[in-house]
Amino acid sequence: MKLILRYVRPYRRLILTVMAIKLLGTGTDLLMPYVLEHLLDHVIPAADSAWPVVAWSGVMFLLTWITRVLNVSANRKSVRVARESTFAVRRDLFHTALNLSGSQMDQIGLPSLISRMTSDTYNVQNFIRMIQTMGIRAPIMLLGGIAITLTMDTGLALILCIMAPVMIVLVCFVSWKGIPLFNEVQRRMDMLVRRMRESITGIRVVRALGKEPYEKQRYGEANARMMRQEVKASVIMSLPGPIVTLFLNVGLTLVVLIGARRVNDGHTAPGVILAFLTYFNMILMGVMGLNRIFMMMSKANASANRIGEVIDLPEELTPLPAEQLAEPQEEGMLIFDHVSFNYDADTPGEAHGQFLGEERQKCLDDISFRVKKGGSLGVIGATGSGKTSIINLLMRFYDPQQGHVFVDGKDVRAYERDELHRKFGVVFQNDVIFADTIRENVTFGREITERKMIRAAADAMAGQFIEGYEDAYEHKAAIRGANFSGGQKQRLLITRALAAEPEILIMDDASSALDYRTDAKLRKAIREHHGNATTVVIAQRISSILSMDEIIVLHEGKMIGRGSHAELLASCAEYRDIYRTQMNEEEVV
Amino acid sequence: MARDTVMKKPKDTRGTLRRMLKYLGPWRAVIAGVIVLSLLSNLLNLWGPSLAGSAIREAAAGPGRVNFDAVKHDAGLMLLCYLSSALLGFLISLIMTVVSKRVARRMRQDVFDKLMRLPVGYFDRHQAGDIISRVSYDIDVISTSMATDIVQILSSLVTVVGSLVMMVSISLPLSALTLVTVPVSVAYTVYMRKKTQPRYAKRSKCYGTMNGFVEEMLSGQKTILAYAYENRVDERFGGINRDAADAFSDAEHYGVTLGPTMTAINNLGLSLIALLGGILFLNGRIDLGRISSFVLYSRKFAGPINAVAEVFNELFSALAASERVFSLLDEEEESADVPDARLLTNVRGDVRAEHVTFGYEPGKTILHDLNLEAPAGKLTAIVGPTGAGKTTIINLLMRFYDPDSGVIRIDGQEIRTAVRRSVRGAYAMVLQDTWVFQGTIFENIAYGKEDATMDEVVAAAKAARIHPFIMRLPQGYDTVISEDGGNISKGQKQLLTIARAMLYDAPMLILDEATSNVDTATEREIQKAMRELMKQKTCFVIAHRLSTIENADQILVLRDGDVVEQGTHRQLMDRKGFYHQLYAAQFE
Repeated sequence: MKLILRYVRPYRRLILTVMAIKLLGTGTDLLMPYVLEHLLDHVIPAADSAWPVVAWSGVMFLLTWITRVLNVSANRKSVRVARESTFAVRRDLFHTALNLSGSQMDQIGLPSLISRMTSDTYNVQNFIRMIQTMGIRAPIMLLGGIAITLTMDTGLALILCIMAPVMIVLVCFVSWKGIPLFNEVQRRMDMLVRRMRESITGIRVVRALGKEPYEKQRYGEANARMMRQEVKASVIMSLPGPIVTLFLNVGLTLVVLIGARRVNDGHTAPGVILAFLTYFNMILMGVMGLNRIFMMMSKANASANRIGEVIDLPEELTPLPAEQLAEPQEEGMLIFDHVSFNYDADTPGEAHGQFLGEERQKCLDDISFRVKKGGSLGVIGATGSGKTSIINLLMRFYDPQQGHVFVDGKDVRAYERDELHRKFGVVFQNDVIFADTIRENVTFGREITERKMIRAAADAMAGQFIEGYEDAYEHKAAIRGANFSGGQKQRLLITRALAAEPEILIMDDASSALDYRTDAKLRKAIREHHGNATTVVIAQRISSILSMDEIIVLHEGKMIGRGSHAELLASCAEYRDIYRTQMNEEEVV
Repeated sequence: MARDTVMKKPKDTRGTLRRMLKYLGPWRAVIAGVIVLSLLSNLLNLWGPSLAGSAIREAAAGPGRVNFDAVKHDAGLMLLCYLSSALLGFLISLIMTVVSKRVARRMRQDVFDKLMRLPVGYFDRHQAGDIISRVSYDIDVISTSMATDIVQILSSLVTVVGSLVMMVSISLPLSALTLVTVPVSVAYTVYMRKKTQPRYAKRSKCYGTMNGFVEEMLSGQKTILAYAYENRVDERFGGINRDAADAFSDAEHYGVTLGPTMTAINNLGLSLIALLGGILFLNGRIDLGRISSFVLYSRKFAGPINAVAEVFNELFSALAASERVFSLLDEEEESADVPDARLLTNVRGDVRAEHVTFGYEPGKTILHDLNLEAPAGKLTAIVGPTGAGKTTIINLLMRFYDPDSGVIRIDGQEIRTAVRRSVRGAYAMVLQDTWVFQGTIFENIAYGKEDATMDEVVAAAKAARIHPFIMRLPQGYDTVISEDGGNISKGQKQLLTIARAMLYDAPMLILDEATSNVDTATEREIQKAMRELMKQKTCFVIAHRLSTIENADQILVLRDGDVVEQGTHRQLMDRKGFYHQLYAAQFE
C-alpha cells in the first residue's frame, strides 16, 4: 500500500478534487429519495395546484443532471490519476529492472520480473482507478444512509446502528482471510506463466521429442492448481455479499415491525418506513461497495508488495568513493589482481527457488593477469571453468569477493557504469538480437556513422549477407533473430561490438558458429583494423586464441597456465592436450 | 490519435459471443439450474417489497388502528423470503464462480494445446510475452466478467420483468412513463458499445505489445547494459508505456460515463414518475400508497438496468479480450497428417532428399535443389559456410517445415505421408540453443524418456561428462535448475541436453552444433560416448570444428543451399576443393 501511496502523491490535489466532486455527486444522489419522499409525503398531499409538484420535480431533474455531471467528471479525473500513476510505476519498475545488478537479477528471476511488470501493474492500476470513486461512494452511502435515517426517525435508525458495525466487522474479517488466498493465486499464476513460457522457448525440443502431451499435462496441472486456488479465494470472498444482504433485510423486517408499532403510537409517519426501505438499499450498496473495495485492496496489496520489492531494491555496483578504491595502475592496463569470486556468496540460503548451488567451489579462485593497451588475451578452459565470469567481473556485472579488477588502469569500481561500459565492445555467449532493424541492432542508439557501421560489418564478415537483403541495413530481425542462421547472428553481434571502435573488445565464444574460414578472416580483419583495441577472446577453438599475446588456461576456477602459445605448449600439459585434440597430428605439419 | 486507427470496423461480435457460449455449452444443465435458482431468488426478492408494502399499508391505517397480526404475518413472511433468497444468492454465486473458473481453465488449456499444434515458425514471429498476456490478462478479464455478469444479466431480466408486471398492475400511465426510459438506456448502451469496443480491443493489444517488449528487453538486459543502451530502451519503453496508458484512459474515458449516465436516466424516470404521479393524485386517479409502491418497484426495475449498463461495460472489455484469445485459437496449425498417414515403425534409417527446394518466405529460396542420401547406420556430416542452409535441412528433416517441392524419404517412405509424430520420434536431437526447464536435473535429463530410472539417467550424465558437476551440487540430481536461474553455464546446459538426447532412444540422431559451447577436450570425450551411442544409427552432424567430423562416413559440403561436394574427409581433402579451403582456413 505504501508504494501506491507514494505514486499517487504527486496527484494528491487531483485526487482531492476527485474526492470532493465525488462527495458532492454522491450527496446529490443521496438527496434524490429524500426529495422524492418529501414530495410524496408533504408536497403532494398538501398541493392545491400542480405547480408545487412541477417545481419539486424540477428540483429532481436538476439534481439528476448535476449528479451525472459531477460523477462523470470525477470518474474521468480518477482515470487520469490511474493513468499517470501507473505510467510512473511501470516506468520506474522497468527502469529498475533494466538496471538490476547481475546477482539481483539472478535472485528475482526473469519470469517473475516480467509478471510483476505486467499483471501486477494492472491490478494496481485498477485499484487506483476504482478506489478514488468507490472509496468515497461506498462509505458515503453507508454513513450518509445511516445519517439520513437517523434524522428521519432515530428510533428506527438505531436498528441500523447496531447492525452496521457487525456487518463491517464481518466484511473486514472475510477480506482479511482472503488476502493470503489471493497472494497464493498470484503465485500459482506465476507458475502457470512460467510453464507456458518454458514450453514456448523450448518449442523445438518439445516437438522433436514428441513431448506435447507431457507439456500439456504439466501445464494442465499448474492450470488446475491455479483454478482450485482461485475458486477457493473467490468463494470465500463471495460469502459477505449474501450474508450482508440477509442482515440488512432482517433489519428491514424489524423496521417494518417496529415501524408499524411506532405508527400506531403516533411516533412516525408511514412514508418514513417507505423511505427507510430506499435507504436500506443504499446502505446495502455501501456495504457491498466496501466489500468490493476490500477485495480489490487485497489483490492490489499483494501486487503492490511484489512491485515494491523490486522498485525499492538499492542500486548496486555504484561507483565507490576514492578512499575505498585500489591504487590506480598504469594507464590503459586491463588487470585482474588476485581475484576470487562466487556468484551466490551473499545470497541467503533458500530465499529463492532458483539455483541453490551454495556449496560449489569458487567460480574464480585467485586469478591474476595484465593486458597492455592494444594487447590481447585469450582465455581457454573446460566448460564451467569460469571463463564467462571473467567478463562479468571485467564489466562489473558483479563485484568479486576478493582482489581487484582494473580497466584502463583504474579500479572498475571507480567508474560510472555507462562510462565503464562505453569502453567496451562485447559479444556475449549466445547474445541477443532484438526484433528491430539490423541498423538499430548494430548502432544501439550510439552515435555511429553510416561509414563506420558498414566498415564494422565488413570486418565482421557480415557486410555481404546484409547487403544481400533488398533493404540491407533496414532489414528487420525476427524475434530473437530467428530469421538469421547461427553464424549470421554471431556476425551481426560482432558488427555491433566493432561498430564504435571500442577501446576494449571482448568476445565470449563469439565465433563458435562460424566456419573456420570466416573465423580466420574475421581474426585477420580485427588484427588489421582494430589493432589498437585491447582484446579479450574466450574460445573453445584454440585457433581463435593462439595468436594472442597472452593466453590463460582455466580449470575449475583456477588458473593453471599463463603465457604465450609457445610457452604454454611447453609448460602446460592441459593446454598441450587441448591443442593435440584439436589439431590432428597430420595437420600440425 | 488518428481516428481511423481507433475506429476499426467492428469485429464479428456475434460470432465471438457464439463461441463464448460454446464454452459454456458443457455447463448448460448447470446454467439452466442457475437460471431457475435466480428466477426463484429474484421472485423472492420481488415478493419481499410487496410484503413490506402491504405491511406499510396496514400501518398506514394511522395511529391506534394498525392491525398487528397482519403486520406480524407479513414480517414473518418477509423474513422467510429474505432468508431463502440469501441462501439462493450464495448458491448461485458459488456455482457461477466454479463454472467461470472452470471455463477459464478450459480456455487457458485450449490456448496452450493450440500452441502445441502451431507450426514452429509461429514462435519466431510472436513474442512470448504477447502470447502469455492472452493467458494471464485476457482470460482473466473474461472469467471475471463471466462469474458475475451472467448472473447479473439473468437476475436483472427476472427482476425487470417481474417489476414491470407489478408496476403495470399498479398504474398503467406511470408504467408507460417508466418504459420511456428503457429505449433511452438501450440506445445509449448501444452507442457506448460502438465507442468503447474498439478502444478496449486497442487496450488489450497495447498491453500485449508492452508485455512483448518487456520480455524481450529484460531477456537481453546484460547486452543492453554492456552497450549503455539502457537510456534508449527506457525511452522506447516510455513510448510504449505511454501508448498503453493512453489506450487505457482512452477506453475508460468513455467507459466511466456509462454508470453515471444510467443512474441519470433512471433518476430522470423517477422524477417523471413523481411529476405525473403528483398530477394523477391531484386528479384523484391514484392514491399515495400506490405511488409509494410504484416508486419502490420502479427502483427495483431501474436497479438492474443500471447494473446491466455496468455489466455491459465489462462485457465489452471481455469481448475484446476473447477476440484476442480466439484470434490465437484461429491461427493456422501445422498441417494435419494426410488422411491415411502411416506410422513409421522399426525405422532402419535410410534418409533421402530428392530435388528439395525450400524458402522460409515466398520468393526467397534457400535450398535450390537439394539431393542427399544418408544410408542407414552411417554418420553424415553437413558442413558449409555460415548461412548455407544447414539448419534449414534439419528443419525439413524434422518436419518443422515442409519443403516447397521435392520429397524427403525415410526408408523409402515419403515423410509427408507419415504421421508427423512418428517422423520426429525417429530422431533424437541436440540443438545449439539449449533449453532447460524449471525442474530437477533428473527431470531435465529424463525429459525424453518417461520411465527412465536413476541408473539410466546417471549413465547418460556420465556419458555426457556432466556427472561430476552434478555430484558437486548440494542436492545432486535433485537440484532444481531453470532457464534463467543463476550459475549454470551455457556449456553445462549443453551437456545436460546432450545427456537428454543420449537417454532418448531413437534410431536416428541429429546434432546441430551440439557441442559449440563445450570445450574440445570434453567434446572429444563426449564423442567417444556418442560413437557408442551412434553405432547402428543414422546420424546427422552439423559442426564447424571440422576436426570433430573427420570420422564421418560422408561429408556433405553445402554452399548457398546446394550440395557442392560430397565424400569422406580423405576424398574431399584430396580433391582440394571447397572443403579443403574450409579446412585449411582453420590453421591460417
